[in-house]
Amino acid sequence: MAKKLLKGNHAAVYGAVLAGCEAYYGYPITPASEIAEMAATLMPKLCRTFLQAESEVAAMNMVYGASGSGKRVMTASSGPGVSLKQEAISYSAGSALPCVIVDIMRGGPGLGNIGPEQGDYKQVVHGGGHGNYKCIVLAPNSCQEMCDLTMLAFELADKYRNPAFVLTDGVIGQMMEAVEIPQTVAQLPDKSDWAVMGTAESKNLINSIYLDHDELEEWNRKLQEKYRSLEQNEVRIEEYMVEDADYVGIAYGSASRVLRTTVDTARSQGMKIGMLRPITLYPFPVKEIAALPDRGVKGVLTVELSCGQMVNDVNLALKGKMRSEFYGRMGGNVPSSNELLEKFKELFGV
Amino acid sequence: MAKKTVLRKPKGFLDVYKHKPGAEKDRTHYCPGCGHGILHKLVAEALEDLDVVDRTVLMSPVGCSVFAYYYFDTGHFQVAHGRAPAVATAVSRANPDAITISYQGDGDLAAIGGNNILQAANRGENFVVFFVNNAIYGMTGGQMAPTTLEGQKTTTTPYGRNPLTDGYPIKMCEVISQLYAPVYVTRTSLHDNANVRKTRNAVRKAIQNVKEKKGFSFVEVLGMCPSGWKMSSTDAQRWIEEEMIPVFPLGVYKDVTDEDRSSIDRPTPVHEVDRVLEALDVTTEKAELLSKREVEPRYANPSIRASGFGGQGIMSMGQAIARVGMKYGYEVSWLPSYGPEMRGGTANCSVKVQENKIGACEATEPTVIIAMNRPSLERFEKILQPDGTIIYNSTLIEVEPTREDAEVYPVPITGLADDLGNTRVQSMVGVGAFAGVTDLFDPEEVIKLLPEMFGSKASLIELNEKAVRAGYEYVKENF
Amino acid sequence: METVNGEREYPFCEIDPEECKGCHLCVSSCPAEVLEVSDNLNSKGFHYAEYKGSGCIGCGFCFYMCPEPGAITVYLKDYEPGKAV
Repeated sequence: MAKKLLKGNHAAVYGAVLAGCEAYYGYPITPASEIAEMAATLMPKLCRTFLQAESEVAAMNMVYGASGSGKRVMTASSGPGVSLKQEAISYSAGSALPCVIVDIMRGGPGLGNIGPEQGDYKQVVHGGGHGNYKCIVLAPNSCQEMCDLTMLAFELADKYRNPAFVLTDGVIGQMMEAVEIPQTVAQLPDKSDWAVMGTAESKNLINSIYLDHDELEEWNRKLQEKYRSLEQNEVRIEEYMVEDADYVGIAYGSASRVLRTTVDTARSQGMKIGMLRPITLYPFPVKEIAALPDRGVKGVLTVELSCGQMVNDVNLALKGKMRSEFYGRMGGNVPSSNELLEKFKELFGV
Repeated sequence: MAKKTVLRKPKGFLDVYKHKPGAEKDRTHYCPGCGHGILHKLVAEALEDLDVVDRTVLMSPVGCSVFAYYYFDTGHFQVAHGRAPAVATAVSRANPDAITISYQGDGDLAAIGGNNILQAANRGENFVVFFVNNAIYGMTGGQMAPTTLEGQKTTTTPYGRNPLTDGYPIKMCEVISQLYAPVYVTRTSLHDNANVRKTRNAVRKAIQNVKEKKGFSFVEVLGMCPSGWKMSSTDAQRWIEEEMIPVFPLGVYKDVTDEDRSSIDRPTPVHEVDRVLEALDVTTEKAELLSKREVEPRYANPSIRASGFGGQGIMSMGQAIARVGMKYGYEVSWLPSYGPEMRGGTANCSVKVQENKIGACEATEPTVIIAMNRPSLERFEKILQPDGTIIYNSTLIEVEPTREDAEVYPVPITGLADDLGNTRVQSMVGVGAFAGVTDLFDPEEVIKLLPEMFGSKASLIELNEKAVRAGYEYVKENF
Repeated sequence: METVNGEREYPFCEIDPEECKGCHLCVSSCPAEVLEVSDNLNSKGFHYAEYKGSGCIGCGFCFYMCPEPGAITVYLKDYEPGKAV
């Protein structure tokens, strides 16, 4: 297969097109705008829909409409836009609608800046909108994964009838790498049993309103069952030199790229450091992290481009059974690999 | 359509309201005398008479008509407050043959969803909006609506709506009809027999417009809310006539349905693998990799920081190096500084060309810097690795690097481009110079990449070719 | 209303007392003034509307003015019992 030099943002659209995404609804925002731009370029070539919506709120509601109409559909944004989308994300989760949302995180809170950050972890992984729901969250750390995990996001979204996020930061969105483009297109699933398609056979109802308290509780229990199934079956991680590691760094997105270099440097200096990278942030690799103490690991260092959001999930997984440290940068700053190495040395005396 | 011989519950309604909780599955949740019920009946009858019940998809909004989906024998979306036009947009585009209806109240449409309705109207989406204006929030218990009349008492205007604090009743037909795209904009009322008849005609015309894919139709209906207005049904009818109509005049505000406008046709999406790959410009053949060259250890696995003014082609310079690296089978990455910075002031990018999988992609400690202006030199020589390499643009940089451990290549990059007649090709001069210094790749391989980078314009390609060679040859001749 | 020979006299109007919510918009909309408010209450406690039994002109105003989908049925002059409509 031939490789193409692609921006991460563009690779996500390639993945979406191959996954059979029939509609893109979005709104420009740095550092995610290239996703809309590439969708605007590619979708019309295949007679598919691209629409620049009037707002982030509208874009996500359009996603709700297209998804309920049985189509594979995608939108993308960055933190401030994702905050606005939360309304319809909650509605989509509550109505069990599959869709894909790409979030290219930038600095916050508020307008913040457009540098890379990972401050959306909580609003994406732990809900963000109202109600008891979860979104599937995939965290690519390369342009290749921007393509591959976007495709996977469509599959999982349909399999579980649930919104799926592709969550990464400005570095991965903006950078270019060689991407091997898969040469097949996805098989589109039949959704006529629940979607509304303007036919006599599809006079279904897309909704999230259950006035009766017991009925709503029952529906919530069903959603929770679905999440348990996701947790059971869909956890994905990458391990790098964990096997004999004394200390393990945990990071996702661009922070994991830096951490990988740190691991290489550490190993070249004889330090047994490894890396565990969650590829799925929801479902979170609870078991995999909880197993680290039994594998001889003495401590973990979670690295994020935030004040420490994922580290809470790491600590919940470890339940205090092992030393757990955190190092984060914010405001658009990315730590260097040596900075992380120094942190390992300082914290663990390696 | 045959002449009716009986007027009975239209077939646009479900026989039994299966989605309605509780035992009463044969009557609506609406209050006595409510305008919604009347409009529902007119819509259901029109769907039956126009033979589109099965093709219809109805948006049930937040408001009193949130449960519209109980009643109609159609497909349904229950939608977030104000968002019906956004959802309807996607519904009508997903299934263009669907008869898409956005049924909304005044708070939903004119307050929280004000922009959504305006933008959907302006796009000329192929759906119909039924807008029930009853000057109040009914479902939440009688608060002020954007259409509440001046002086009208509601639970949130207990002293009457005061324009100085609450503004004036918003007139949606007047606003929507100013836009080019909508084909039919009308305001009717339900307060007496004649006006119910006119509403019936408007409803049918609007649905027919969608059926014929004529575009956006907007039917505003003044409807009674006896509960919210705290009056009898017949007093409510009178209130519409005496209080509402003077503020919201009835009539057709726009009708261009007979104009020769193109119908809203949407093409069928393409999914065939060949056409998809063609659209993505993916070649199915595997590219032959060039054999890697012998490289001096100091230039192996370079971590490069290129930097200069916005407009000096810094990004293309970096991309060209990454692209050519790919041709030799290297792992490559390119990371720009992005956003406003690159459009105004300075721009820089990190490029890595390495044997192994690349971790960190920002060149935080570069082995090579290419500085196109003085601020770039001063900024990035500080982070250059010990014994690293500096290639700098001696045309614009009059000072020398301060790093004494570095190997330094002053190249008049802008000057060489200027000699070729266009300073815009300075980035390719820089790429040529980089090739000359490192011997990481053959400059002719960069030249082969120019068409995919800059398009097929022959004069532009030729100029860039000369630029690559000029940079390369300058280095070879002078160092 | 049945005629002397046992056939219905068309047009006429039928109101389902259980579906009526007692708003009486039909009563005030009837130009022939052949609808009235019943003294009786339905199971929901509404004084439902009822047809006086004769004089319906088949204008349909009551049908269209009634907010309940199935409360009022009007059989017009050309109605043929048993024929699908």
